[in-house]
Amino acid sequence: MKKLLNTLYVTTENAYLALDGENVVIQCEGETLGRLPIHMIDGIMAFGYIGASPALMGKCAEMNKSLVFLKPSGRFLAKVTGKSYGNILLRRSQYRICDHEEQSLAIARNIISAKLANSNAVLSRAMRDHALRIDTEKFARIGEALQKGKVNAYHAQSAESLRGLEGECANLYFSVFDDMILQQKEDFSYRGRSRRPPMDYVNAMLSFSYSLLTSMCVSALESVGLDAYAGVFHTERPGRCSLALDILEEFRAPFADRFVLTAINKKSICGKDFVEKENGGILLTEDGRKKFLTLWQQKKKEELMHPFLQEKVEWGLLPYVQAMLLAKYIRGDLDEYPPFIWR
Amino acid sequence: MLVLITYDVNTQDAQGSRRLRKVSKVCVNYGQRVQNSVFECLLSPAELCVVKSQLFSILDGTKDSLRIYNLGNSYKTRIEHYGAKQTYSPEEPMIF
Repeated sequence: MKKLLNTLYVTTENAYLALDGENVVIQCEGETLGRLPIHMIDGIMAFGYIGASPALMGKCAEMNKSLVFLKPSGRFLAKVTGKSYGNILLRRSQYRICDHEEQSLAIARNIISAKLANSNAVLSRAMRDHALRIDTEKFARIGEALQKGKVNAYHAQSAESLRGLEGECANLYFSVFDDMILQQKEDFSYRGRSRRPPMDYVNAMLSFSYSLLTSMCVSALESVGLDAYAGVFHTERPGRCSLALDILEEFRAPFADRFVLTAINKKSICGKDFVEKENGGILLTEDGRKKFLTLWQQKKKEELMHPFLQEKVEWGLLPYVQAMLLAKYIRGDLDEYPPFIWR
Repeated sequence: MLVLITYDVNTQDAQGSRRLRKVSKVCVNYGQRVQNSVFECLLSPAELCVVKSQLFSILDGTKDSLRIYNLGNSYKTRIEHYGAKQTYSPEEPMIF
């Protein structure tokens, strides 16, 4: 199994990344902030404006490390890709599946039913842990609906009906999202999803974590040789990594949503960590972003039992594990794609 | 696993200074310099083999010495640090 390596986050806005030998050097105004061997890290996420040297980009591409540039807000800007690796036969069979409605649906059904199962698991976890503080009846009712949605999704006849089901269930799930926020209610309340820009603290955190998770999925898919842009469920659009968004569905609730809820409920992040922009959008401050990333990195190192592999893996490796299983299915080594179901 | 690499290179002649520079360059590529000729490197066993072979090809066995301490995976309890010089810990979140 692949080893979970550390990720380097660069949040200093005027930092420049350079390559010296086999080291990534982080410079800021003529000073060296840090120097790290590139072997040690899995990838670099740069939130600054100044950028990186071509030599470093080349090295990252050659060594298959991801180098991603994001806006300070966490919005994706660009990513360095080298030669495409993996094998063309696998990618061709992937494209064949994407073009074939029936075959795409076979994968999408599994992914979406896993998503609904996982959303349901998040609700039942909240019910179990905070039975006295939440409206268990409402949760149980919605949990039941999600359960039914899961079964229906697994038998969905068309992509349209699957999309409908997913939307319906997502609405139900998010209708109780606010109830799961138990601390710091005055700052953190969830009224509905808003993006580009996120209009409240909770949405800002959700957007940021989805965006981090997306880049994890993209590099996971590419490292097993799949094309992250050819999807089975999300419609394809130039520049949209549909397949990454597809497998992301499995992780949204148990990984990102729970991460955000925990950070709020444990008071690891507070109202002071956000700023409001002129257009009403909410962003994390520099300090807030550091806190967020530290927590995120800790979460990535937590271990869980993978239900299909029956092996302990870190949360941070899950996208990679799922990408590997998807590649196995596309190659024909598995009869069905086993999505990640959290228990 | 964390590996501590230390070396003593005899620099009485120009050849020696050259070896010293080369050795430190290899070590910098794989780990962090915690003291002048002391490096902490987070390596996999395979990477350790690579580092070793690179170092062996540079060092002169009759004049220099190289010591490698394996601190294993639970190295955190085995290191104490006092005084100046900031270091980073390679498995903690790295945010700059």
